[in-house]
Amino acid sequence: MAERSFAAEVEKLKIGDGEVFRGEGILAITKALLECGVGYVGGYQGAPISHLMDVLSDAQPILSALGVHFEASASEATATAMLAASVHYPIRGAATFKSTVGVNVASDALANLASGGVTGGALIIVGEDYGEGSSIMQERSHAFAMKSQVWVLDPRPNLPSIVKAVRDGFELSEASNTPVMLQVRIRCCHVHGQFIASDNQAPAMTVAEALENPRRDTSRIVLPPASYAHEIEKVNKRMPAAKAFVRERGLNEVFGPKDGKVGIILQGGMYNAVIRALQRLGLADIHGDTEVPLYVLNVTYPLVDGEVLDFCGDKDAVLVVEEGQPNYLEQAIGAILYKAGARVTLKGKDPLPMAGEYTGAVMLDGCRAFLAEFAGQLLPDQGRAPNAAVAAPIGSKLAETVPMRPPGFCTGCPERPIFAATKLVEQELGAHHIASDIGCHLFSIMPPFELGATTMGYGLGPASASAFNAPDAKRRSISFIGDGGFWHNGLTSSIGNAVYNQNDGVIVVVDNHYSAATGGQDLLSSRETNGTKSTKHPITEALKGIGVTWIRQIDRTYDVTKVAATLKEALSTEATGPKVIVASSECMLNLQRRERPLVAAAIKDGERTVKPRFGVDEDVCTGDHACMRLSGCPSLSVKKLDDPLRDDPVAHIDQSCVGCGNCGEVAVAAKLCPSFYRADEVHNPSAAERFVGRLRAAVIGWLQARREARRLVFG
Amino acid sequence: MSLDRGNSGLPSLSDLPGLGQGDGDTTTAIVKLAVLAVGGQGGGVLTDWITELAERNGYRAQSTSVAGVAQRTGATIYYVEMLPDTGRDPVFSLSPAAGDVDIVIAAELMEAGRAVLRGFVTPDRTVLIASSHRILAVSEKIVPGDGSRDAAEVLNGAREAAKRLVAFDMERPALAAQSMISASLFGALSGSGALPFTKESFEEVIRLGGRGVAASLAAFDACHRLAESGDEIGAGAEPLPTSVQLKRSSVAGPARLIRQWNGLLQRVEELPEPVREMTLAGLRKVVDFQDVAYGLEYLDLVDRAAKMDEGESGWRLSIAAAKHAANAMTYDDVIRVADLKTRRARDQRIRDELNLAEDALLNVTEFLHPRMREICGTLPWRLGRWIEARPGLFNWLDGKLSKGRFVRSDRLAGYLSLWLLAALRPWRRRLLRHKIEAAHWNAWFDHALLVREEDYALGVEVLECRRLIKGYSDTHDRGLSKFDRVLSALALLQGREDAADWLRRLREAALLDEKGEALEGALKTIRTEVITAE
Repeated sequence: MAERSFAAEVEKLKIGDGEVFRGEGILAITKALLECGVGYVGGYQGAPISHLMDVLSDAQPILSALGVHFEASASEATATAMLAASVHYPIRGAATFKSTVGVNVASDALANLASGGVTGGALIIVGEDYGEGSSIMQERSHAFAMKSQVWVLDPRPNLPSIVKAVRDGFELSEASNTPVMLQVRIRCCHVHGQFIASDNQAPAMTVAEALENPRRDTSRIVLPPASYAHEIEKVNKRMPAAKAFVRERGLNEVFGPKDGKVGIILQGGMYNAVIRALQRLGLADIHGDTEVPLYVLNVTYPLVDGEVLDFCGDKDAVLVVEEGQPNYLEQAIGAILYKAGARVTLKGKDPLPMAGEYTGAVMLDGCRAFLAEFAGQLLPDQGRAPNAAVAAPIGSKLAETVPMRPPGFCTGCPERPIFAATKLVEQELGAHHIASDIGCHLFSIMPPFELGATTMGYGLGPASASAFNAPDAKRRSISFIGDGGFWHNGLTSSIGNAVYNQNDGVIVVVDNHYSAATGGQDLLSSRETNGTKSTKHPITEALKGIGVTWIRQIDRTYDVTKVAATLKEALSTEATGPKVIVASSECMLNLQRRERPLVAAAIKDGERTVKPRFGVDEDVCTGDHACMRLSGCPSLSVKKLDDPLRDDPVAHIDQSCVGCGNCGEVAVAAKLCPSFYRADEVHNPSAAERFVGRLRAAVIGWLQARREARRLVFG
Repeated sequence: MSLDRGNSGLPSLSDLPGLGQGDGDTTTAIVKLAVLAVGGQGGGVLTDWITELAERNGYRAQSTSVAGVAQRTGATIYYVEMLPDTGRDPVFSLSPAAGDVDIVIAAELMEAGRAVLRGFVTPDRTVLIASSHRILAVSEKIVPGDGSRDAAEVLNGAREAAKRLVAFDMERPALAAQSMISASLFGALSGSGALPFTKESFEEVIRLGGRGVAASLAAFDACHRLAESGDEIGAGAEPLPTSVQLKRSSVAGPARLIRQWNGLLQRVEELPEPVREMTLAGLRKVVDFQDVAYGLEYLDLVDRAAKMDEGESGWRLSIAAAKHAANAMTYDDVIRVADLKTRRARDQRIRDELNLAEDALLNVTEFLHPRMREICGTLPWRLGRWIEARPGLFNWLDGKLSKGRFVRSDRLAGYLSLWLLAALRPWRRRLLRHKIEAAHWNAWFDHALLVREEDYALGVEVLECRRLIKGYSDTHDRGLSKFDRVLSALALLQGREDAADWLRRLREAALLDEKGEALEGALKTIRTEVITAE
């Protein structure tokens, strides 16, 4: 069950012709898929396209009614391989994932798919996680498209444009027998806007119909001699068909005056940023009507040579606005112009920066510098009073004061105690080589834990420790892998590899019952019943099946003492081969989302309910904050006491505490201090419980009064 | 300044010769609003509200966010643009640009600082609406001393950068209404008048949401009124939550003890006036810890310092003595912990913090891990020493006795075990821990006064070093080791004019990290300095 429910959004998917669809960009794409008669959709969750998966997952009744098959794929490679259904059959299919990490994983399937080509439209929707807020390496999916010869759509970032791009994408794919990549940037996925909807279409051919009428064509399979023919076909047939389609259908757009001396060639996704720069320079109006000619590449691969030459023909200079590097577009446009003997000056990564996100300020500076050099007359006159500088310079002291705030473990996260235990073990046994993986557990590399030396990819944590297989060494490596990475490919790439190569290291599977970092989607090993998916397959069974013999299952990660003891056992046992600890506790975000309303209802209905919360005795706490160095929980903070004798703030737990138990367990396991207590609030206690409670309170009250009567009590 | 500029190495706009900037800006009619929040604060809800509000008031609006992994407690940013609907789509930007934002809403004080640093807050146009409460970053919390950043400096920076600053604690009204800060911020936005929409229109948007409407409206209303009434309310005050005021007057107990207490107060009155407040606080703490006689011992120490003190130095020596002697004498032994955890006032405090109803049941679990060392410390000192002198026996007992104990202090067995431990109080002076502590503080105090004879300021600093000793078990040992290491520099420093300053710097360095790496660095610097000087 995903973190967010899309019950309301699902209703929007049903609206018909002429109605206004309002919502996020990613939901508009979802709706557009249905309007285009898509026959099947697969994908792997991850920002910024998680919501697309979550909505489709919640919309399965609508999809089945239309005959659309939806699958939460095991990985991006699986999702892309699924598009094989469009190779022989005229069925439109879509796969979606986060990129570039997604295309990295999918590249094998992508290359095979692209080689043989497709009959039905095949759309790969990539959420390009680049720039601010990105959690991955900064690369471009564009390179994969070029090497496999898959076309790339990069539409202007507004809902009507991206909806149109979905439609264009399917048609382009069918016209050129080539898969098409639809690239949407992170802010475009989350942009809120509207478009006029059309009716949903049932697929022209459903997967069921295809299954009942199987087809094959050897010439579409990647094996010589067909593979050689594929390459020739890509160049001689598919590429020209694609260029012709793009040109005839006018997928790229030209704005502004026809006869300008300068112009800007831009990726569609950069359109709003470029217009904003021109607006601020007074060269475009509020609706985007521009005085500077723009050639907007809604299709960034392939380029249409004729269009490029037409646009540049009578210009002195053009600026290519292309986010990310290498600057493939600028290079390609340069080649087109040079071969045609054009004399226009080509600018791009200078004045714009080679690397980094093209933010408003970067774009403004870049456009301005370009225009100042080549079209100074366009810019406002020098005589007018200049406005204030871009930003008031505030002393660098403020930069030192404002702390970094990287993401971290949530309140009550079950992964926190695993790393607290690991830190305690390291304090006792010394530092170890620790390999990290992808997932929430990667936050372990940040303060306060600072554990983990590398991250090499999803499901590859233990694989990235495989070189450190030296049974004679005095220390073993420790590697982490999440349940998400485990099922994505880790079972084979990491665990199977460790078994086969008799790796001596320790592997900790961080099992929080979900693919948590991407929004809490279900997995094979999720413990909940899922109406449309098969869950409850224990990780330990998979481990046994693949040949791991040393397995320890921990069912409550908050038991820090036990986690630490198990880790120490794994690091010291005589057993050979990988030592695998499965540390399981449910993701607190999911647990709270499910339980909180139930608890509230139970309290209201008069059922006996216990609500735990932790607290700190402020007069017992000495303000050393050792507990925070083993926690980092948002609910555990500090407060200043109004006591002239105390210099340092003491620990304090706020009302957001969910009573997970980490504080108490850590205090005990690390022998920190006796300040922590857990206060369980018992709602609607039974009569007997009340009676015992009163009895206890009476005796305790008597003891307290007795002592108070014999001493000075300060109020 | 243009932090968002990347690495183009280009001159910024304003540097380009002969070109005015922004004169022709065609977007001045667009309202540009950025929300900076910490993941989990409900920034998305607020953004949706603002978008809805604009659209209901005849505007075209566009909102964007960068969700993803930053939602997990990291700094997040949301952005809204809006423009009166003219029937044709405007082209909005998908992200805020430095120097081009009209309204910035910061859901936490440091996020306001971050908005300033990123150039989103500019004096020509930006209304900055900031909650002045703090959510400490992990880096601030893990410092062994006080790692919280300077709030006043951020407020000053914000005030300097903004055209107008609306800042107050917006978290508190949200908590009081059992709502989220998003409702508070929406209220402050409404009350600030930065958007041309009526209060009723804001409220209508909240009602549309359908969930927790009453609570949201309460928080909204409180903040609307606060924002309307003035720009900065108590924003300069200490933003950390503070506990209740130390009530100085109230003391209760048997008449005999009260008489003795009054006798102690008499002696406090004899001290120089500036020393009395700290001494009184210290006296309450030590008498509370042990008994009236202990208070007398304490006052003797303070008197010794006062006799060597001088008014022209602001009585710093006696005040430091009064403060740190009290802390030293109220060391954290098993008896003290048991005593504090079995008091009526403690019960009450927990109930207050939980907002517990009178009749609700409360189960309390204590997390204790006494080691053999603490157990020995609670034995008669000869016996404790005897055991400690036999490592084999000590370790064997440690293995048997040292373990985590989860004690239910609401149950009789658990409560009684703590209560009985606390009942050892009258015998405390005969126990090993007291012998150790008393020897330590006497040596420290004597040393400080000895140093004072040569160098007043240095004597004060030696007293202040007591701050380094705190915590339990390993933490306590680390504190002691830092204390020893800091004072080890005394031999090198004595006689230098800047000795006190150096000792202070060493102490501050010792509080920067757990292991004392900063301290080692500072010590190394001193050794080099001294050698160079010689």
